[in-house]
Amino acid sequence: MTKHILIAEDEPYIVESLGFVLTHAGYTVSAVRDGQAVFSAVSEQLPALLILDLMLPNKNGFEVLKQLRSDSQLKYIPVMMLTAKGQEQDKNTAEQLGVDAFMTKPFSNREVVDCVHALVSLDSS
Amino acid sequence: MLSTNFVLLTAFAYVIVLFLLAFISDSMSRRGKDTLLRSPLIYTLSISVYCTSWTFYGAVGSAARNGLEFATIYLGPTLVFIGWWFLLRKLVRIGHEHRITSIADLISSRFGKSTTLAVLVTCIAVIGTTPYIALQLKAVTTSFEVVSNATQTGILGVTLGEDTRAGFWVAVAMAVFTILFGTRNLDANEHNPGVVAAIAFEALVKLLAIISVGLFVVFGIAGGIDQVFEYVPAETLLQHSDNFGTRWINLLFLSGIAIICLPRQFQITVVENSNEKHLRTASWAFPLYLFLMSLFVLPIAIVGLAVLPAGSNPDMFVLTLPMWADQEALALLAFIGGFSSATSMVIVASIALSVMISNHIVVPLALRLPWVQLDESGDIKQLLLISRRISIGLILLFGYLYFSFSARSDALASIGLIAFVGVAQFSPALIGGIFWRNAAARGAVAGLSVGFILWMYTLFLPSLAIDGGYLSSFVAHGPWGLKWLRPQALFGLEGLDPLTHATFWCLELNTIVFVVVSMWTKQSPLEKLQSALFVDVFRNKRHSGAQILQRRAATKDLFRLTQRILGPKETHKLFAELTGGTIALNDLPPPDPRFIDHVERRLTGNIGAATARALVSQVATGESISLDEIISLVDETQQVVEYSQRLEQQSNQLKLTAEKLRKANLKLQELDSQKDEFLSQVSHEVRTPMTSIRSFAEILQNTDELSPEQQQRFVKIIHEESLRLTRLLDEILEISRLEQSQLGINLQKIDPEPVIDRAIDSCRGLAQTSNVDLTSGHREQSLFVQSDGDRLHQVIINLITNAVKYNTSNDPVVRIESFIRDEHFEILISDNGPGISDADRVFDKFSRGRSEYPAGTVGTGLGLAISRQLIINMNGNLDLVDTDMNGAQFRITLPLAKH
Repeated sequence: MTKHILIAEDEPYIVESLGFVLTHAGYTVSAVRDGQAVFSAVSEQLPALLILDLMLPNKNGFEVLKQLRSDSQLKYIPVMMLTAKGQEQDKNTAEQLGVDAFMTKPFSNREVVDCVHALVSLDSS
Repeated sequence: MLSTNFVLLTAFAYVIVLFLLAFISDSMSRRGKDTLLRSPLIYTLSISVYCTSWTFYGAVGSAARNGLEFATIYLGPTLVFIGWWFLLRKLVRIGHEHRITSIADLISSRFGKSTTLAVLVTCIAVIGTTPYIALQLKAVTTSFEVVSNATQTGILGVTLGEDTRAGFWVAVAMAVFTILFGTRNLDANEHNPGVVAAIAFEALVKLLAIISVGLFVVFGIAGGIDQVFEYVPAETLLQHSDNFGTRWINLLFLSGIAIICLPRQFQITVVENSNEKHLRTASWAFPLYLFLMSLFVLPIAIVGLAVLPAGSNPDMFVLTLPMWADQEALALLAFIGGFSSATSMVIVASIALSVMISNHIVVPLALRLPWVQLDESGDIKQLLLISRRISIGLILLFGYLYFSFSARSDALASIGLIAFVGVAQFSPALIGGIFWRNAAARGAVAGLSVGFILWMYTLFLPSLAIDGGYLSSFVAHGPWGLKWLRPQALFGLEGLDPLTHATFWCLELNTIVFVVVSMWTKQSPLEKLQSALFVDVFRNKRHSGAQILQRRAATKDLFRLTQRILGPKETHKLFAELTGGTIALNDLPPPDPRFIDHVERRLTGNIGAATARALVSQVATGESISLDEIISLVDETQQVVEYSQRLEQQSNQLKLTAEKLRKANLKLQELDSQKDEFLSQVSHEVRTPMTSIRSFAEILQNTDELSPEQQQRFVKIIHEESLRLTRLLDEILEISRLEQSQLGINLQKIDPEPVIDRAIDSCRGLAQTSNVDLTSGHREQSLFVQSDGDRLHQVIINLITNAVKYNTSNDPVVRIESFIRDEHFEILISDNGPGISDADRVFDKFSRGRSEYPAGTVGTGLGLAISRQLIINMNGNLDLVDTDMNGAQFRITLPLAKH
């Protein structure tokens, strides 16, 4: 069974490119575009990894992460965070909230796939 | 009925008592037993030399003629002693510090030890005091005649006998007394304890006399206080409507000035003062004395007017009332009271004047006359003594002459007032001199001269006029018939009583000339120094001029000079200080500037500042005034004040600056964080399309098995995102430009309606493809706004495009309307779409009001910000109207153009 990855991102083209790359790498992919929809999607789908954009409409990535980490069921799901702002401070905040990987846009596809592999296999081992 | 001889004998006996008292006091003082003599009480009593026979007799006369007017003569000094004690204290302190010998000395010393001023003030003082002394002689003579010719007619009818010889002998007696006791000490600054004691005793005598007469009149004649007032006819109390009028105020003012400026008051209050603290007692005790002196004035006047036959001289009521009641002993006491008032005034006044004359006129003159040889030891001392004695004789002679000229013309009070106005001329220079640093000698000379000449012309001259004489027609018609030069209506100033008229012109022009000339004159260095020492007498701690006046002198010359003035004994004592005790005249060390200064100060006490300086300058050479020192002294206090003011200003400015800086800093911080935020947003907005571009480019690069459709789509996305990036950068540039200035906006008077129509037309195509109903609602017509047509067009298109693009309604409508409201033109663009969720931030950069938008339709997030900035730059506004309806309504507001 292929591993499932949930992408929370509001930019449709980025969802499309990530979806293509990760599907190509052997994952199944689904996406949500609104911050408020992430938590329910995660609890429904229980993905092997959540790729979470920081600047989501209605509820930003930090808030989503915090909510996940405080949920006993969902807190072990690995989270890779994406941001276009590229500020050091954001990375620190994310790490304090318990993010597993932090990636700044624009990223290379290779990097993303490697990181996803690492996080997912860690999880499965 | 008192016999002439008996009265004479009594007066003589009284004088003997005075002599004895003065003699005892002098010898007590010399033996150092003078604690009583130096008490504040004696000081206060001696100040009452102010109450002369004018007040003793004349106050009742004044009350009988002019009602309450007499009170001003007591109220003026009372106000000064209670309210202006700081002025008196300053005068006394200056007097001590500078060994001042007279009012002329003080004024001259203050204005750079000016000899001219000393002479001028002395002359004015002598001329101004002459009528006053005459007044005393007149009072004594009249009272003597009244009390010794006690026939009924004598009491009632006689104001003054034709015979003024009695006055002459009175003058002689007073001169002898004054010469004996007033010229014992040469150093005017060393006090005359005998004289002071005699004056204090006389103060008690006159108080006792007037109170005795008053008590007798109230309780003996009237029969009680209430009864006194029954004598008063109602109209008498009411008739003097000028109470509290201009004359009243003028008198109050004059008497207040007189207590400071009268030479004899200055002599007693300042020169004879042995301890500054005595002023504290005097400031309440002297007003109390005046109160007691004035207590019975009104009752005596009232009863005198009522019981004595019409035509009685009210100036003599104090005397004639007891005589009318056959109280001879009381009449004699009253006579002695009046006599003592007159003698005390004459004694002190002639001492004061003789010091001035000898110091400021005789000695300087003698020093300049080639045939006067003054080389012997103590010769100047002798000269001083002789000239003082002669001066006293002359002063009394002048007084007597004036008395015999004007004897028949004036009541007591008016003569006294003439003197008051005369000495009041000193007040601008005196008061200005000790409070105003820039007051200059030339100003003082000019002011005093003008005031004095006007006084002579408007007051002194008319006082000598006798009915029918040349002077009286002069007074009535003016010189050569020139009406505007009439002495009592000068320059057409009529309607004032002569006294107020004269006071007005003299003092006003005196003060104006003094101030104006002072302001236009540069002070000499010495003047500057003295000015600083006087004005800041409480601040500068006994600055001897030594640090400032640098000069050298041969010890021998200085010694000889000192000896000429002080005599050998005093001089040896003085120079012993220089050598430290031993007196070996041949090898005295050369005097340093400090010692020269010390000698000059010592001489100043004897001969006045101006003369002392002139003499010392004869033997001292190389005088240079250290300008730096003067400046430092003069400016010391001023600088401190200015410096602290500057400091305060600076600290205030610093505070202001700090506050401004703090605000600017806050603003900068805000701007900085705004900039950071903006950059971070820009970064985000740039990175987002870059991410897609990079990612799809890598896919295209690294993925082999892509379908042509896929390839095509990915390339199209890359292209689209590249365009988005370009658009974004363009708009960032544009908003930055718009925010910085209005450049690029071309404001003109335009009709906005065609612009709106054009914008609607431009959007028709988009609306049709989006299936949106684009309609025009209410539209205004024929109006003008200040705007830029192209930019307005751009904004409207932007708003319509947004409204069309994001309208997700099933039946989408976009409506454009325009109105005129509150002098403004409004364009409304409304839609029935989902509305704006975050209305507060819709105009912020990179905020997207709508949460959902399909891929490819995404804007830069700058459109609305740019639109709003454009409208703001047109002096209008773009906002979101809060309506009840669904959808969003944007409103452009523009100012109407003036027709």
